[in-house]
Amino acid sequence: MSFYYLFVELLQVVLLLALAPVFLGWVRMVKCWAQGRTSAGLFQPYRDLAKLFAKEVLLAENASWIFRFTPYLVFGTAVLAGAIVPIITVDLPLSPSADVIVIIGLFAIARFFTALAGMDIGTAFGGMGSSREMMIASLAEPAMLMAIFTVSLANKSTSLSQIVQVICTTGASIKPSLAFALLAFVLIALAETGRVPVDNPATHLELTMIHEAMILEYSGRHLALIEWASAMKLFLFVSIGIAAFAPWGIALANEMLSLPLALLFLVLKFAVAGVGIVLIETGLAKMRIFRVPEFLGAAFMLATLGMLSFFILD
Amino acid sequence: MMLQPLSLAACAIVLLLLTAGSASLYRGNRRLMIMFSFALASVASLLATIAGIWTVGSEMTVKGILPIGLPDLPFHVRFDPLAGYFFTIIGLLALFVSVYSIGYVQGIPANRPVTSLIIFYCLFLAGMFMVILADDALFFLVAWEVMAGASYFLVLFEHERQENRKAAFLYLVVAHIGAIAILLAFGVLAGIATPGSFSGYTFDAMRGAEIPDLWATVAFFLVFFGFAAKAGVVPLHVWLPEAHPVAPSNVSALMSGVMLKTAIYGIVRVTFDLIHTFPWWWGAIVLTLGLISAVMGVLYALMQHDLKRLLAYHSVENIGIILIGIGLAMIFTSFELPMLAALAFIAGLYHTMNHAIFKGLLFMGAGSVLHATGERNMEEMGGLIHRMPWTSALFLIGCVAISALPPLNGFVSEWLTFQAFLLSPSLPAPIMQLLIPMGAAMLALTGALAAACFVKAFGVTFLGHWRGHHHPHVHEADWPMRIGMLSAALTCVCLGIFPVVYINWMDILAKQFVGSSISSSAAAYGWLWLTPVSPERASYSGTTVFLGILGVVVAVYLLLHVRPGAIRRVPIWDCGFEKLNARMQYTATSFSMPIRRIFGHLFSIREEVSLAPQTAHKAFPKRLQYHLRVVDRVWNWMYRPVVDVCFWLSRQVGRLQQGRIQAYLIYSFVTILVLLVFAS
Repeated sequence: MSFYYLFVELLQVVLLLALAPVFLGWVRMVKCWAQGRTSAGLFQPYRDLAKLFAKEVLLAENASWIFRFTPYLVFGTAVLAGAIVPIITVDLPLSPSADVIVIIGLFAIARFFTALAGMDIGTAFGGMGSSREMMIASLAEPAMLMAIFTVSLANKSTSLSQIVQVICTTGASIKPSLAFALLAFVLIALAETGRVPVDNPATHLELTMIHEAMILEYSGRHLALIEWASAMKLFLFVSIGIAAFAPWGIALANEMLSLPLALLFLVLKFAVAGVGIVLIETGLAKMRIFRVPEFLGAAFMLATLGMLSFFILD
Repeated sequence: MMLQPLSLAACAIVLLLLTAGSASLYRGNRRLMIMFSFALASVASLLATIAGIWTVGSEMTVKGILPIGLPDLPFHVRFDPLAGYFFTIIGLLALFVSVYSIGYVQGIPANRPVTSLIIFYCLFLAGMFMVILADDALFFLVAWEVMAGASYFLVLFEHERQENRKAAFLYLVVAHIGAIAILLAFGVLAGIATPGSFSGYTFDAMRGAEIPDLWATVAFFLVFFGFAAKAGVVPLHVWLPEAHPVAPSNVSALMSGVMLKTAIYGIVRVTFDLIHTFPWWWGAIVLTLGLISAVMGVLYALMQHDLKRLLAYHSVENIGIILIGIGLAMIFTSFELPMLAALAFIAGLYHTMNHAIFKGLLFMGAGSVLHATGERNMEEMGGLIHRMPWTSALFLIGCVAISALPPLNGFVSEWLTFQAFLLSPSLPAPIMQLLIPMGAAMLALTGALAAACFVKAFGVTFLGHWRGHHHPHVHEADWPMRIGMLSAALTCVCLGIFPVVYINWMDILAKQFVGSSISSSAAAYGWLWLTPVSPERASYSGTTVFLGILGVVVAVYLLLHVRPGAIRRVPIWDCGFEKLNARMQYTATSFSMPIRRIFGHLFSIREEVSLAPQTAHKAFPKRLQYHLRVVDRVWNWMYRPVVDVCFWLSRQVGRLQQGRIQAYLIYSFVTILVLLVFAS
């Protein structure tokens, strides 16, 4: 049995590492189709990563150890979060070590160090990126917590595995609080993963970039690790959304045999999620930076409303 | 006589008093005096820490009556687990800071006498320990005044600057208004305990008394006002960011780290121990003020560019977080949910310890920076990480801890507080159904803003290039300072990754004061897993998270360095502009500009952009000057009117002073007449 636990844990980490770039490639591919362009294919992110890993690292003269340490830390937190979030099964031996608050905390520590790395070189771009990223995070993170809290109140647990288990065994309940929470979650996930109405992952246009501005000075394997980690972050946010709002198909406790089925569901759900992201991204224009607080404020209000309505109605 | 925790504690206090007394004896040798005095203070703090850990661990209560005090009103002392817990907090930080001070005080310019600093430092520590030990109102207030007085003189250490004198005066005024409120509250409690006699001044008498609701409420609000003024709860916080930064940094560490905690101790002692039954709405008020303090504290901290002021405002925030835990514990206690009350109580007290350690660490780090650069203004700093590797790494640990990021200690206590919020059932009071979700939202906002603030504090101070106009000779802190900071940083890490061990140790407090404990459930799955209620509800393992991140980081690093990876150092990419300079970097003010814009209506902001007169050739563009002033609104709304009224009243009273002897004789005559009428 313990061999099985080890196996699923490893399987899930390998899946995360392998599928995250593919999912990113899928999103880009659908986006190309939606905009009438020819896509570079599903596996282009792999080729980008391979290219970056092969290149030498150019390091600015006054970069400190923080700048060199950050890529590894960002990668490490993403992998650890991937070992905890139930992507295909809830039977993860590491899942009790961190509940959803801790997972959000893991993303927060990665962001903390990325922002520091942005300021380490001492260019205006890095500082600008860090300042904006922390501004967005300081509104998005509490909203994220509130959306997740509503789900955990409804399922009486903050552990994601337990939430999946409860939803799948007791059946879905449609509650107004969960609707608010879902809406808020989608808005925040877009902001947290740096997608279009808030940030544009494809831009290097000087004054609009946020995440890209922080990591502007990175190159070679450092950049590869950061890019890979941000693909994993996108993947994990979709996984958290699936676990909290539509977990059907994830293998439950002691269900070894449903793993292949879980994998199938995983692919289907991610395909749909990718299309959803593209629809939002092509349908909206990127916002001016000071419209973002309104966007996130709305998400925060929605999430708080969700929790309020849980206490009052349910 | 058997060695007891109480005698250890008494030894610590006596040792501190002796150190204070003997400091002036060897004034001839400054170096020896500093080393010897702070070494003795460290030993005393260590003794106090051992006494505290021992008392909490053995769950015993020792009482005693001292042969000193007023005639017939001797001083009572009592060393119970709550006192032991706060002894541990104060002792531990005092130990680190005293070791740090050996180096720090040596570095104070030689023309400034430090004897007074040493004397008041020791008195200050002794005062705090006595406050915790006191078991009657008289001894408590005497100790309280020793603490407040000694810290006043410490704030006044660099008294030649006018701003320091002003700050110290403000501190003294607020401290005494608070002390009056506490005195009155003890008066109410003692008067009800034994009407018509003085014997009610012991805490034991107050514990036993049946206090009518109305008087209990009066006493509670007086006491809460008094302690809130000391702790810097919004809106009584304005003295704190003035007084803490101007004291020497080792004293700032103690004031922010542990002196504020004596106020938390007072609130817990009076509420849970002396009054012990209370309605839920007291807790709701404590919770609300805690939430306001947390959010406003961190927002004001974000606006600062003076490193020590920024840290001082963070104390307001963290006191708020502690009060959130205490307030929730009060609410759950009065709704008879002891299990939840225990969780919230532990969360609040856990954060009390955490804040003491990381705030002490951060102030010590700020002290090293101040020591090395002579600068408190972050806008003039930058790039210190290259020249102060130790200080920067240890300061970074403090930043991560205070920003409530896993796996360090700040996260554990915030996580427990969140669990207390999430476990709250629908409470029968409608307002609570609003307050609980809003509270969770505001706590989440506080954590995220704190992270933004410490990215700014660390990034602007230690990263990038030096921004200042002059280039001081920056040197790393010396060994005693490093050891002091290093031990605080290690404590932060240990408290973060072994929370279960710590909670097991302190659980007796919850058992004694809220009637339930969480250790049986929290530690049900061994020291590795923290499960406050049950593993199904929530679980956390700081150790696993720490080792997990570490493991992946090391593994990836090794994998990528199997082949020697080429790293080439190149100049900064400057977009082909070629004239990048250090003044183009983001500063503290520009970093917080987006947040200043979002929350702008909470501050009173004055921004001015002016063109300076041309100095150089007119081919050069004009220089722009940018002035920004962010003022605490509370000052204008609350304090300015009070100050104005005080001045107005004084002027009115001044009219009585005619300067003519006849008028004064008439005053005396009227007074006597009035007294005769009323006396007869």
